[in-house]
Amino acid sequence: MLKQTEGSRAVAEAVAMCRPEVICAYPISPQTHIVEALGEMVKDGTLSPCEFINVESEFAAMSVAIGSAAAGARSYTATASQGLLFMAEAVYNASGLGLPIVMTVANRAIGAPINIWNDHSDALSQRDSGWLQLFAETNQEALDLHIQAFRLAEELSLPVMVCMDGFILTHAYERVDMPTQAQVDAYLPKYVPRQVLDPGEPVSIGAMVGPEAFMEVRYLAHAKQMEALELIPSYAAEFKSVFGRDSGGLTHTYRTEDAETIIVAMGSVLGTIKDVIDEMREEGHKIGVLGITLFRPFPLARVRESLQGAKRVVVLEKSMAVGLGGILSTNVRMALSGLHMHGYTVIAGLGGRAITKKSLHGLFRQAGQDALEPLTFLDLDWNMVNKQLEREKAHRRSGPVAENLLRDVGVVAARNY
Amino acid sequence: MSFQPVKFYQTGTFTVGNRLLPPEERSVQASAKRFNSINSGHRACQGCGEALGARYAIDAAMEATDGQVIAANATGCLEVFSTPYPETSWQIPWIHSLFGNTAAVATGIAAALKVKGLSQNPKTRVVAQGGDGGTTDIGFGCLSGMFERNDDVLYICYDNGGYMNTGVQRSSATPPAARTATTMAVGPEPGNVFGQGKFVPAIAMAHNIPYVATATVADLRDLEAKVRRAMEFRGARYIHILVPCPLGWGTPSQDTIKMARLAKETGIFPVFEAEHGEIKSVLAIRRPLPVEDYLRPQKRYAHLFGKTPALATIAHIQELADRNIRKYGLQARKEGH
Ligand SMILES: Cc1ncc(C[n+]2csc(CCOP(=O)(O)OP(=O)(O)O)c2C)c(N)n1
Ligand code: SF4
Ligand SMILES: [Mg+2]
Repeated sequence: MLKQTEGSRAVAEAVAMCRPEVICAYPISPQTHIVEALGEMVKDGTLSPCEFINVESEFAAMSVAIGSAAAGARSYTATASQGLLFMAEAVYNASGLGLPIVMTVANRAIGAPINIWNDHSDALSQRDSGWLQLFAETNQEALDLHIQAFRLAEELSLPVMVCMDGFILTHAYERVDMPTQAQVDAYLPKYVPRQVLDPGEPVSIGAMVGPEAFMEVRYLAHAKQMEALELIPSYAAEFKSVFGRDSGGLTHTYRTEDAETIIVAMGSVLGTIKDVIDEMREEGHKIGVLGITLFRPFPLARVRESLQGAKRVVVLEKSMAVGLGGILSTNVRMALSGLHMHGYTVIAGLGGRAITKKSLHGLFRQAGQDALEPLTFLDLDWNMVNKQLEREKAHRRSGPVAENLLRDVGVVAARNY
Repeated sequence: MSFQPVKFYQTGTFTVGNRLLPPEERSVQASAKRFNSINSGHRACQGCGEALGARYAIDAAMEATDGQVIAANATGCLEVFSTPYPETSWQIPWIHSLFGNTAAVATGIAAALKVKGLSQNPKTRVVAQGGDGGTTDIGFGCLSGMFERNDDVLYICYDNGGYMNTGVQRSSATPPAARTATTMAVGPEPGNVFGQGKFVPAIAMAHNIPYVATATVADLRDLEAKVRRAMEFRGARYIHILVPCPLGWGTPSQDTIKMARLAKETGIFPVFEAEHGEIKSVLAIRRPLPVEDYLRPQKRYAHLFGKTPALATIAHIQELADRNIRKYGLQARKEGH
């Protein structure tokens, strides 16, 4: 059914149709609307049986989900940014224990400086946590990916993170096609755990493992993720047969067939990029884009296959490996190992900095002439940067960086909540 | 096969132990029916109070629930010594997640049991357990959250007064003046600081949860009775058990029970139970012993008894014990003649 609704609401309704049995909630923008909507559905009885638990921290949220998943209940939570970092120890634990928890990450920057706006630093900080990570391009895809996520998680006994851009998607009112409960029930089988805390058949879960088996346990986690590379396309195909639309999968390509320049990106910025590509195509530029839907496991073979015909690859990412460059681009480079082509990393949109069509036009044109630096910070204000660097040279006690820059810009910081 | 029950006589107390008790009140030290939830073969040190306390607590919980207990366990000695790969001592469903999240993991298990409904197994109950570090320090946020929500979990803290598993460091439950690896017995004020203390049973009571109790491994029947009582309530419950650690305290393995008893008889560790935030009963002290009797045998207090004994420090500890006796009304009434 077509419906005009907020991204968070759409995701909450999709999650509810997956019949979660335990939901842990802790507020943090821009994720909060999702758990608020779910909480209401539990409280008014629409979503039942389900336990909605208001925990005292994100660390507890993930820990409660660990307990409930280990006791055989379908478990869900959502977070973002500082919340994801606060739960990090439990994030690794959930995957290490092989518990199929599904979590939405409403992508937001990480402080300091504290910033509530969108980028991908939060989810990517957990890239090696053993969770599967899916990135939604649109609200439709975000809600669809949640349905696929439960299926995947439970089949593999691995937790899945569904990442959607904070505010840009979570707070956007858009038209989405809401599935019916019957469709979701047809697609998502009942959760049958591989391991469960059951007095009838007692098991110990979480025992100490030493060097004699640790490597093997870890290898198996990797092997499981490799299995996901096979499963995901087949689940996406099945999804299409039940719901009638393409959603999910490993990657999406757009106008890459004969492209000499291929952009690589994740999330909602793909929409803007496609618009720019359309315009540039009209002018005769051979340019296309590869959208990464599945970031973990990273679809190396698919990425290589999609990019190998190009002359140059521009990875545009909303994250940064401080002291190295890009995170996504490092992963893409690995897929391109041995191929001779130009590779560019563009860091863009950190902390909600708008990525405009105008900037992308300029960027892609420069790239097409191979006039781009290997590492570019899109729309960086060099005056601000240099002013601070000079201040530091001039005064030993130059003060806190972020506050200096704010004073230079002369605008009041966005309200934090 | 005929079964010869092994009688358990307590010694060293003013009571005469099992003999005078009716059979149903006698402790089940050795019985074919005992659950042995934590089986033999684990790697605890000889005389480990924590192993003993856990064995009695969990078996009592099993008894109270017809063997339907799921346990969540914090990182710490109990977790490590009970599950050396590929072996496990646990005869019950058991999960270890992290050091600081055990109360929350237990909340999750309880939620799953609830949502799975009465259809599956109405009797199954959840016990969470951790050391003092896992409870009073790193797991304190999750513990307080679980209390405040009144989740249906019995949380048991095995208090040996320090981070023993990592080599005897100070926790917020380490008593004043005690030497640990991080409160060295050097300088003008050797050992742990006096500080303000952090008695978690009192903090648990401040949450007004249905049941809070303290116990020691010196009174195992009292411990069992408290676990059974705890299982009669739904909601958050907390039992704090003093479990001497021969390694960390520097006491002989065979003196674990004796040390626990001295902690109680000096007033250092008040033993009581409370319901909905109000004290209901205390284990009375017949004749309070001087704290020196408790401190002197322990190597962690050796610096108090050097060439020039630290009289002021000992007196300070005595004051704290006396305050416990007053505060909790521990002194038994004089027997009438
Ligand atoms: C987050 C985290 N910090 C530190 C540790 C290291 N650690 C493991 S067990 C332990 C001490 C446990 O002390 P306690 O909870 O009192 O239990 P005990 O071993 O004394 O029974 C510590 C510090 C850890 N495993 N995880
Ligand atoms: S160090 Fe202490 S608590 Fe740990 S096993 Fe040994 S005696 Fe028990
Ligand atoms: Mg301890």
